[in-house]
Amino acid sequence: MKDILEIRWHGRGGQGAKTAAQFLAEAALDMGKSIQAFPEYGPERAGAPVRAYTRISDGRIDTHSGVTNPDGVVVIDHTLLEAVDVTEGLGDDGFLIVNTSESVDFIRRKTNYKKGKIAVCDATKISLETLGISMPNTPMLGALLRVRPIVPREVLENEVRKKFLKKIGEEKTEANIKAIKRAFEETQLG
Amino acid sequence: MKVQEKEKMAKKNLTALTGDQAITEAMRQIEPDVVAAYPITPQTEIVMGFSQLVADGKVKTEMIPVESEHSAMSACVGSSASGARTMTATSANGLALMWEVVYIAASLRLPIVMPVVNRALSGPINIHCDHSDTMGARDSGWIQVYSENGQEAYENAIVAVRIAEHKNIMLPVMVCQDGFITSHAVEGIDLFPDDKVKQFIGEYKREHSLLDVENPVTYGPLDLQDFYFEHKRQQVEAMGNALNTIPEILDEFNKTFGRSHDLVEGYRLDDAETAIVVLSSTAGTTRVVVDELRKEGMKVGLLKPRFFRPFPKERIMKSLSNLKAVAILDRSESFSTLGGPLFNEIKSALYESDRRPLAVNYVFGLGGRDIFPADIKKVYKELEEIKKTRKIRSLISYLGVRE
Amino acid sequence: MAGKEKGWKEIPIGGLIDRGGTAREYKTGSWRTFKPVVDKTKCINCLQCWIYCPDSSVIVKDGKMAEFDYDYCKGCGICASICPVKCIKMEKE
Repeated sequence: MKDILEIRWHGRGGQGAKTAAQFLAEAALDMGKSIQAFPEYGPERAGAPVRAYTRISDGRIDTHSGVTNPDGVVVIDHTLLEAVDVTEGLGDDGFLIVNTSESVDFIRRKTNYKKGKIAVCDATKISLETLGISMPNTPMLGALLRVRPIVPREVLENEVRKKFLKKIGEEKTEANIKAIKRAFEETQLG
Repeated sequence: MKVQEKEKMAKKNLTALTGDQAITEAMRQIEPDVVAAYPITPQTEIVMGFSQLVADGKVKTEMIPVESEHSAMSACVGSSASGARTMTATSANGLALMWEVVYIAASLRLPIVMPVVNRALSGPINIHCDHSDTMGARDSGWIQVYSENGQEAYENAIVAVRIAEHKNIMLPVMVCQDGFITSHAVEGIDLFPDDKVKQFIGEYKREHSLLDVENPVTYGPLDLQDFYFEHKRQQVEAMGNALNTIPEILDEFNKTFGRSHDLVEGYRLDDAETAIVVLSSTAGTTRVVVDELRKEGMKVGLLKPRFFRPFPKERIMKSLSNLKAVAILDRSESFSTLGGPLFNEIKSALYESDRRPLAVNYVFGLGGRDIFPADIKKVYKELEEIKKTRKIRSLISYLGVRE
Repeated sequence: MAGKEKGWKEIPIGGLIDRGGTAREYKTGSWRTFKPVVDKTKCINCLQCWIYCPDSSVIVKDGKMAEFDYDYCKGCGICASICPVKCIKMEKE
């Protein structure tokens, strides 16, 4: 039905929801798609719940309003499940991906998201093990590609290299790419 | 822009940039002699990005980091009068603070180009998009062009240089885009080659330079009952000239860069019975709604004025002449109790027209309140009612406000 | 105040004065009610009047106070007031 793919990202200020939304969009741009990536700015401070959005399409994207009915939702911080309605506007044919050590069933009960697809990925653990810090936004991109192959993983990885190499050096960049790969492999679908 | 062109664009080599970054890129390519600016949300990224370009030696521009917007525009006035190609950028309260000098820049006929990232004026304090800042400055004598997205903002900034500096015009230009909605949204931007932009804008040579000691001139002398009126009359003439000259400049731009920009942009208006008129990013969202409603068989259209100053009266009258009902959407309030500024100017233009649609006003999106396709559909549905009944139930409505 | 001045099509735009020294064309001497007259026998050529004159209407030749330029002197009397030997008198026109 929809010719524009819409993803909503939930995170806390400083966790990189905006960056993740943008990485995905830029990888899609590399594939010749039309893109939009934008955060929802409020009076945010580090730690406050934030949302970011990605729109991807083969055709033009003229819409400039916020996303109300996303095709998929990515939750970068599981504590947000207590704070915000992460499934708001999410249809039965959508998907919900949560960074958590809990099971798919647990998340289904917790969110009461009955019919759609749910996936879980312990991105915080992966991030700590690969990067040595908690930066779960990049691994969550791997989890997303597992659920929905929006772009080939190599394209996303190239995007991460392009962005990170100059900023944080080769070692940390490759650690991010490893985190994406691990998340892709370790994501559990339900 | 036509459908085909937009689709072609998607296949090109695009760069992922926010609307602010797109403006920074335009400024890099324009490479003004002088930029005097003060950062303010949501314009900050422009000043930050351009300062970085100066620091990195990527442009030869003289960057003046001033202590306020009043100083920014004052420095721009001095710089422009001296014959330097001059730019600045601002938003909301920043524009309000430079107010006094904004009028002076236009009155002294200085071709300063100023990207304005539209943001609600305080108070209560708000950093999000509405058009109260630039709409408040609509009588300042500046040309105003409104941009739907980052791509348009980028292109408008480039073409603005030529418009401002045209000998028949010589007026400053505000290049407006919606704060956060497009200024902070990343989209694929089609950047033109540097040399092509430089070639298009050419060199700026001011006839009378303030710094030409061989031929001394005076800028801004006391201008009382004997001459002030004549100078104001000249400004009106320049705006009138702009109406005729801007299409010529756009023509050249279109030919050079493969675009189809005009003073106004109509969408599916040819056989439309009702239409919405709206500026900037909301025009994009409305276009999507038009397509959806067309599929349902509704004869709806859209008119996006690109230029608000000069006001393209003839083009707007012509575009709306076959409609039965039209809704004009204003992202600012004038507190006249007569609706927003866009509504009032269009209604006034329609007064002269023999064939005029019934016109209603919707004020929306104040302080960044989001407007959704569902809101726009509601407007088209209400227009359908007006079309059928020939009756206006509410002349001015507030779209998206809580009752 | 429409007057006989040039119309809006004939004057430079933006209030620009497109050449220097235009103040010369405007003779302010007619504003005067009292005019300064110097008694050269008392004058010590200290040139205080030349320094203080707001309209550059004290003409100095060879380092000496020569005369007043009545084309531009508005008759303000600063010269008479500042003169340390009181050799400048303001006389009714």
